[in-house]
Amino acid sequence: MAVRDTRVQPARHDALGLGPSDLLDMYYYLALARAIDERMWVLQRAGLVPFVISGQGHEGAQVAVMWAIDRGRDWLVPYYRSLAACLVKGMTPRDLMLGLFAREGDPSSGGRQMPAHWAHAGHRIFTTSSPVATQYLHAVGIAYAARVRGTGEIAVTSIGEGSTSQGDWHEAMNLAGIHRLPVVFMVENNRFAISVPTRLQMATDGVAVRAPGYGFPGVSVDGSDVLEVYGAAREAVRRARTGEGPTLIECRVERLTAHSSEDRQEKYRQTSDIEAARSKDPLVVFKHYLEQIGLLDEARYTEIHGRIKDAVTDATDYAESRPAPDPATVTRHVFFEG
Amino acid sequence: MAEMRYIDAIRLAMYEEMRRDERVLVLGEDVGLKGGVFGCTDGFYAEFGEARVLDTPLAESSIVGAAIGMAANGLIPIAEIQFSDFIHPAYNQIVSEAARIRYRSNGTFGCPITIRAPYGGGVEVHGGLYHSQSIEATFAHIPGLKVVTPYTAYDAKGLLKAAIRDPDPVLFLEHKRLYRLVRGDVPDDDYVVPIGPAVVRRPGSTLSLFAYGMMLHEALRAAEEVVTEGIDAEVVDLRTLRPLDVQTILASVRKTSKAMIVYEDNRFLGYGAEVAALIAEEAFDALDGPILRVAGLDVPAVPYADSLAAAFMPTSTKIADAVRRLAAY
Amino acid sequence: MPVEIKLPQLGESIHEGTIARWLKKPGDSIEKYEPLAEITTDKVNVEMPSPLGGVLVELLASEGETRPVGAPIALIDVAVPEGPAGSSEAPAADQPATTEPAAGRPVAAADAGAAPPAAVRGVRLSPLVRRLAEEHRIPHHVLETLRGSGAGGRITKEDILHYVADRDRVGAHTEPTPLVAPRSGDDVVKLSPVRRAIAQRMAQSKREIPHAYGVIETDMRAVVTWREAHKEAWRAREGVPLTYTAFFVAAACEALRAYPIVNSSWSEDGVIMRRAVNIGIGIAADEGLVVPVIHDADRLSLAGVARALDDLTGRARAGRLVLADIQGGTFTITNPGVFGSIWSMPIVVPGQAAILATDAIVKRAVVRDDAIAIRPMMHLGLSFDHRIFDGATAVQFLNHLKGWFEGFRDGR
Repeated sequence: MAVRDTRVQPARHDALGLGPSDLLDMYYYLALARAIDERMWVLQRAGLVPFVISGQGHEGAQVAVMWAIDRGRDWLVPYYRSLAACLVKGMTPRDLMLGLFAREGDPSSGGRQMPAHWAHAGHRIFTTSSPVATQYLHAVGIAYAARVRGTGEIAVTSIGEGSTSQGDWHEAMNLAGIHRLPVVFMVENNRFAISVPTRLQMATDGVAVRAPGYGFPGVSVDGSDVLEVYGAAREAVRRARTGEGPTLIECRVERLTAHSSEDRQEKYRQTSDIEAARSKDPLVVFKHYLEQIGLLDEARYTEIHGRIKDAVTDATDYAESRPAPDPATVTRHVFFEG
Repeated sequence: MAEMRYIDAIRLAMYEEMRRDERVLVLGEDVGLKGGVFGCTDGFYAEFGEARVLDTPLAESSIVGAAIGMAANGLIPIAEIQFSDFIHPAYNQIVSEAARIRYRSNGTFGCPITIRAPYGGGVEVHGGLYHSQSIEATFAHIPGLKVVTPYTAYDAKGLLKAAIRDPDPVLFLEHKRLYRLVRGDVPDDDYVVPIGPAVVRRPGSTLSLFAYGMMLHEALRAAEEVVTEGIDAEVVDLRTLRPLDVQTILASVRKTSKAMIVYEDNRFLGYGAEVAALIAEEAFDALDGPILRVAGLDVPAVPYADSLAAAFMPTSTKIADAVRRLAAY
Repeated sequence: MPVEIKLPQLGESIHEGTIARWLKKPGDSIEKYEPLAEITTDKVNVEMPSPLGGVLVELLASEGETRPVGAPIALIDVAVPEGPAGSSEAPAADQPATTEPAAGRPVAAADAGAAPPAAVRGVRLSPLVRRLAEEHRIPHHVLETLRGSGAGGRITKEDILHYVADRDRVGAHTEPTPLVAPRSGDDVVKLSPVRRAIAQRMAQSKREIPHAYGVIETDMRAVVTWREAHKEAWRAREGVPLTYTAFFVAAACEALRAYPIVNSSWSEDGVIMRRAVNIGIGIAADEGLVVPVIHDADRLSLAGVARALDDLTGRARAGRLVLADIQGGTFTITNPGVFGSIWSMPIVVPGQAAILATDAIVKRAVVRDDAIAIRPMMHLGLSFDHRIFDGATAVQFLNHLKGWFEGFRDGR
């Protein structure tokens, strides 16, 4: 059946230059991110960790954008839902679980930050804070440095649609537009800033329309469609790499969970809306595509998910077995220590 | 060795560092063709080009936020805030971001940026409420941020070079009045004044005056004013407000037994409060009098009219009066 | 303008005073010479009149606090001169409104709060001075007598170091510091300001004055007989009782005229012969011994002495002595006899040469004309500063008194 579909409809991925191994790897990261995310909720509900904030529903867009960059050389300036992006960029399930448990060896912050404030110097994932939108200016600075130093690197940063109301977001768009900097601005629009809907966040229909006001293009794509996002990202990366300047990619995604473990979304969200969101789950959509083109049969599915289950179990057990950070380290790294 | 003005020493420090290390760049409002509203980057645009002498949009958060990103990716930015009064839109970028990057990344990222901010008021400054403020107490409170405020031309050059080379964020405060008031010998060679140590500018035995920036100037004048009255004041230039040179402060108090802190910022919860607390905690048994503060009034900022500005500012006369009272105590 | 009110010099050799009670509070108006505070010094409560009229702005010493003479104890804002009749003009700019609460000190750039903190206990000592005093083993009572060169008489670091240098130069002048500590079950009665003042003065006298003593016995029959015969009429005529003390004062005045050396003061420059004869009288008041002075007692008749005594005794016991009442004594009489003592050796009041103790008049068998007789007898004890005169003078002085009592005749 899948083979027949391929014949009937020329594969979209071929046009985007993605081969079967790309697609299967992308699926792996999507499913891995989801499995880790779900395990985090289980651990939180079991009382093993105090807090979780989720990226479920956003994974497809993140994997797609990260697939378009040079993962070794380019920069990621993430935000708190960028779990899948960080995995693609090089962080391991163990790295993420160490952060969740706040254990010794957590590469993001050494147990100092709340979970989901990912960072990794080796993988060029810049450290982030909780005040939103500050990271956009950092990405602009990173891109400026890449330009001045002539390294050819680009910077990708992401943010929720609510945070685009912050001044720093506009300042970053403005500065990047002025200097046509090599930066890709990603907005993951899941329609809720915790509880506040987009109609109370902006008068425009989405944020992509704002980009021309800063002198560069903005595109709005279906964030549940991995290939559509990838197509937009590929073009944005090309523009950045060739000196044409920044691009804003607004990914319309669904938030499949509450904002965080502290949130009860039923208070502000219709049950029907929550149910409908499931139909736009990028994991389901992408799996269906792979099945359609005959790339993902049951044996391969079982193999991939077996690897994922092992990786998640290993990461959980490993992080849980690690000691808490040594209290003596609380005063470390305020200033450079040589 | 050349005698030069404070502002020329600032300019020279940046010039030499940009010549020495091509990673160093300046960014801020009007730093380019105009050379800065005070002239601190005069001539830089022609010498180093637009990419390294960057006129930014009129947005302070951009200046600091972009500088943080530049530093993350291998540059050494000197961010100029045109007046310290305008630094507050960048507060979040300085406090939540720059100052915490090393700590929150467990030492895996750094933030080697220098933020220069002209500060201070007085009758000669004519700055009014928004071109006169002192901001050191606000920022010296923040762990992870170094705060420096030189008084001499020599220190201006040496400390600015140290700040630029420092692997951590440094807020470099320059009192606007000092720019063209203070002159001094500045060596041509490549020297740095380390961030941290204070220096005794005038040894004395009767009491210790702690000050920095413009107020050091006033404190030194006050000390000379009371000399004929048999009062021999020691004047200590703190220079670095964070990290603070605890040992020099305590050694001075243990010698003189009396302490006064002079600062232009608002008195309440000002920098002097920390110095006073330090002395009370660490040198209590050396005290032969109350620890005094001479500081700016607790009104929102320095008013514009000369009469009001004069009433606000601590001056050598006001300091000398307080010195006499403390000496007689 | 607020003016500092200083603790007055409450008498010679008085270095400090204790604020027993404030009679005005901040914000009160006070007229010139209106009582401002009760000050306790040596042995008396003194009502201190305000030297200025105005509004009391701030109290710089709290009740119970001891301050050196000359130390500021209050701020009074002098009254704003009244404008023309009917004028409602605001006070002139250089005379700030006086209604500002005491705590609301004017805010100024250089107002570094150098005014000493208002509430300090006892002698004001800085942390450094306290540490130095401890290191150099300077006992508290010595600290209290040190003259401070700092603001308001505060003892400074230099004062301590000078004291130590002087002391070390003089040599092994070690102050005995008896280690008296309460044991389990003991109670500690806090020293009242008066008790502390008495203690200081007595200790000072014993430290500085080499005491010597003389005691003789006198037959009081003539005095007792005369007094018994006349006291009712006396009371009716003079309005005051005729006490034995009046006789003692009268007798002492005459003896002092005969032996003026006894009415003198020791100083390193020489013995100061006092022209005036001002007799201090020890009186037991509720809070402790007080010594009001009968000035120029030698010019008074017996009746005059009796009236002065009655006045002083009454006011001393009511706690209403004024400053002048306790100043200027040149010789003191103490009368432990009223309590039954038959042999007393009192302590000379600092600054005087001698003190006379008159003991109880007791009927005893004595020999008169080779026969046993019963006579009212009394011991007269003289404690004196042996630096000023010797035992012979003391006994001659006592014998003069004895002659006065035994030869007493009607009409004196």
